[in-house]
Amino acid sequence: MRDLTYYRDLIFVLTQKEIKVRYKNTILGYFWSITNPLAFAVVFFVAFKIILRIQMEDYVLFLIAGLFPWQWFANSINASPTVLLGNASLIKKINFPRNIIPFAMVLQDMIHFVLSIPVIVLFMIIYHKTPSLSWIYGIPLLLFIQFLMTYGLCLIVSAANLFFRDIARFTDIFMTLLFYFTPIIYPETMVPSQHSWIFFTPASALMISWRNLFMNGSLEMNALAISFGYSLLSFSIGHLVFKKLSRKFGEVL
Amino acid sequence: MSEPVILLENVSKQYTLYRHIAGGLKQFLFNLPTSIRTVRNSQFEALADISFEVQRGETVGIIGKNGSGKSTTLGLIAGVITPSKGRVVTQGRISPLLELGGGFHHDLTGRENIILSGVLLGLRRAEVLLKMEEIVEFADIGDFIDQPIRVYSSGMLARLGFSMVATLDPEILLIDEILAVGDLNFQQKCMDRMMTFKKSGVTMVFVSHRMEDVLKMCDRVVWIEDHRIRQQGAAGEVVERYLQTH
Repeated sequence: MRDLTYYRDLIFVLTQKEIKVRYKNTILGYFWSITNPLAFAVVFFVAFKIILRIQMEDYVLFLIAGLFPWQWFANSINASPTVLLGNASLIKKINFPRNIIPFAMVLQDMIHFVLSIPVIVLFMIIYHKTPSLSWIYGIPLLLFIQFLMTYGLCLIVSAANLFFRDIARFTDIFMTLLFYFTPIIYPETMVPSQHSWIFFTPASALMISWRNLFMNGSLEMNALAISFGYSLLSFSIGHLVFKKLSRKFGEVL
Repeated sequence: MSEPVILLENVSKQYTLYRHIAGGLKQFLFNLPTSIRTVRNSQFEALADISFEVQRGETVGIIGKNGSGKSTTLGLIAGVITPSKGRVVTQGRISPLLELGGGFHHDLTGRENIILSGVLLGLRRAEVLLKMEEIVEFADIGDFIDQPIRVYSSGMLARLGFSMVATLDPEILLIDEILAVGDLNFQQKCMDRMMTFKKSGVTMVFVSHRMEDVLKMCDRVVWIEDHRIRQQGAAGEVVERYLQTH
């Protein structure tokens, strides 16, 4: 009975549910998921380009190409402390594979990201750039790596937060720090050499890869290898932690 | 032809009272030795050494006072709780736990909840859609079916819950007190439907405080008191003893 069709239908229905729940009582729906990174782009543009006068070409496009994939990552991680709590009534009533819940959530955020790619293209046109052919394999590849990484972290955070509820606060602070320690609003080339550790924070290589892919269609092997390494690590730990803790979910919810 | 579809063998269930931890990571870490001791000692025994089986097509009632462990037993059968000791074996598609104030996702409409729970139960999405009208008709809650279920009354939730489960072709049905909130008309409808199930060979486990329902529905009864089985056997016999001591 638990065959592929079962998982396909389950993931479909749960992802659809996540989207519906997210847009309940909002009129503008999809546009909210674009507005947020765009607003951030405006803030950083004013702060760094206009006030601090950073010496960079196409800074707006640069910001957008990094902020959109980050938004997916950050949305999923920030929502993970509450994703199991929000589905408590399902978990307490039916025995089904619990990891489908964080899976559907990350998938839902991924879909929003994919739907926001046209906005990036729009800005590229404004800056007289054209999408590259390498997107055809580059985008699916990076989607896969980022999905694995985000899903793994979500498994850890969502399960752990049921036992230690202040994980949610910790996640908030962690994500804020990680955002500034990831080369998104500044190029990695500006990082002083004694601080090259910034290149090795979990999302750095991935976000740099996204931006290079969007801005000039290039994929760099080293960055790919590092981000894939982090995804595998995140996914394996997440899988183990979740498997161990999920037996107790019915009791602590 | 009797074969157990539900088997509980020397099942014990201790709950760890996680309140200490949920209170905060700081408190937990600053008093680590004490914390670990508190967690170890703050076990609450919900069930001790429970053994019984339910044969295919049988209807078994579980009776006992509040807090005696009836709902934990149902949770174990449903597979949403894992036993601390012993084993629980089930065969066949188990309905979601039907209980008071049930319902699934509060921001989704009745219809959306029907699809969600059908698929969670293991049905194909297409199959659920085919049965949609039948479920809606059985629930009989009018236009509320397209409203988010957070605006439902407890009676409406019970109607929706029972209709879903009743129509989605269950093999094992677990029912926890759901009939208590519906109006008489709906209670009658549920009892009729359950009688039909009984005749068609659906296995049912039924928790109730209304002994006349238990007597009417159940072949056998398990009486749980103070987290242990006090008596199990033919429905009439056990209920009679139970009523004498209360």
